[in-house]
Amino acid sequence: MRPRGAGEWLAYGLLYLSIILVTLPVAAVLFIVISRGYSAISWEFLTAMPRMGMRAGGIFPAIMGTLLLVLGTVAIALPLGVMAAIYLSEYASRGRLNRLIHLAIVNLAGVPSVVYGLFGLGAFVLFLKLGVSLLAGCLTLALMILPVIITASEEALQAVPQSFREASLALGATRWKTIWNVVLPSALPGILTGAILGVGRAAGETAPILFTAAAFFLPRLPKSIFDQVMALPYHLYIIATQVPNISQSVQYGTALVLVGLVLLVNASAIVLRSYIRRRRSW
Amino acid sequence: MAIERSLTIDSIDVKKSRRSGRWSEWVIERVIQASGLLTIVFIVLIFVFLLKDSLPLFKTHSLTALLTGRDWYPISDPARFGLVPLLAGSLAVTLGSIVIAVPLGVAAAIYLAEVARPSIRESVKPVVEMLAAIPSVVFGFIGLLILAPYVKSLFDLPTGLTAMTGSIMLAFMALPTIISISEDAISAVPREYREASLALGATQWQTISRVMVPAALSGITAAVMLGIGRVIGETMTVLMVTGNAALIPHSITQPVRTMTATIAAEMGETVQYSEHYFALFSIGAVLFVITFAINFTADIVLHRFRRVGR
Repeated sequence: MRPRGAGEWLAYGLLYLSIILVTLPVAAVLFIVISRGYSAISWEFLTAMPRMGMRAGGIFPAIMGTLLLVLGTVAIALPLGVMAAIYLSEYASRGRLNRLIHLAIVNLAGVPSVVYGLFGLGAFVLFLKLGVSLLAGCLTLALMILPVIITASEEALQAVPQSFREASLALGATRWKTIWNVVLPSALPGILTGAILGVGRAAGETAPILFTAAAFFLPRLPKSIFDQVMALPYHLYIIATQVPNISQSVQYGTALVLVGLVLLVNASAIVLRSYIRRRRSW
Repeated sequence: MAIERSLTIDSIDVKKSRRSGRWSEWVIERVIQASGLLTIVFIVLIFVFLLKDSLPLFKTHSLTALLTGRDWYPISDPARFGLVPLLAGSLAVTLGSIVIAVPLGVAAAIYLAEVARPSIRESVKPVVEMLAAIPSVVFGFIGLLILAPYVKSLFDLPTGLTAMTGSIMLAFMALPTIISISEDAISAVPREYREASLALGATQWQTISRVMVPAALSGITAAVMLGIGRVIGETMTVLMVTGNAALIPHSITQPVRTMTATIAAEMGETVQYSEHYFALFSIGAVLFVITFAINFTADIVLHRFRRVGR
């Protein structure tokens, strides 16, 4: 179906242009961060403590802080999210309650990240008296990525054919046995994809940990879950806006590590998902 | 005996035996049920905690003063907590980014859903997901170091940290939401619509512009609303690139301060359970109500669209 007339050519031209403009920022961000940041990357930068007011040395505690935050977050959010998804997909009837839960998930996904930060401060840091700590940060981030994990897990569970469940039930397995032995293993790769996407989200967010976990400058690793931590995104914010006379290569180097980490996590989720789609035998 | 039982089994028996499973199974099912309800509990808890820590403000300040006050001077004596400049800041940045992101995003969605070859679609969609994955602090960083100096010299401004700089960076962040949900909406239009239009002799473009897009319009509207919700709630980018001046802007080339940036910038310096602390929580409550209203409406629209569309 060829375009007809100049007007239609123009319309298609604009569509092509839009797709170029949409993909451009990703390429631009990658190009800028890589070209200006790679010179800062060294073994020392990745594994040493920061020195001279973060102007020299490495970003090791920020990297470790982000890894710990993400690990804790997933450890909390994954079981909760998968159980909620099991309820929605396997137990709930298509009634009003189910709709209400879905509305809650949609709204949970739409709550601004800084509001999660406020909630974390009010509820975990002050009300539960956890203090500004790794634990408070993980709880806050877990709440934030819960919708991501629930949505992906529910989708994965519903993609498991009904006949799998019927076959298992017909063999005398109980409902939970069926879910545990048949449905969950089949849905596992999809659930994993959701978990990885949640990891990417948690690793990159700054606002939720601003008042709940992040330390401005802490040149050591946290001693317990009640200790503050440095985190990569917050560290980037600090060295970009709060520390004068810092070399741009340190800033871009930190940005490169953060972008690299987050995009690597997301790329692995995308690869895993396309692998599932190709391998799916039903 | 097992065979005998299975012969006499009927549906009521199956239900009964499944229900009267071991107690461990009963416990597991209750736990699962509870975690299903947990999302509702969480959303309520968030609102309750926001209210709990913002209501004490109204012992000393009135709600009208908060919502219509034109001055945000949190550390003057007496402190003045007027939301208007912050609301105006959020509005300016949001409008600017929506003006950029909506035409771009909807065009990209149309292209992906209707025009692109599958191979192109499969390679562009991950790129859009990557765009969604880039942390907001990185957008802020790039905006601060690359875009702001450019804006400054282009418009000959005293500073490049303006509402417009924020709008441009936020547009990139709204794009993935707008594209993916609009594309879903266009793809969900029954293919009979397209076939009927083409069979009547319409060109592909006529089919797209007069049949497919109008049919998907409510879905696209929801996509735009969710994009707006995303932009209003965005924090780190605007904190870094909009200049943070709590003034009512007269043009988009002036610095502004959004509600989100105010919370992020000032919470670190306040005394816990002080007036200022309560005021920041009340901004949070206002933000929560705004985004809740947007997301709630968008979801209702989408839900109805899906039921009608199929």
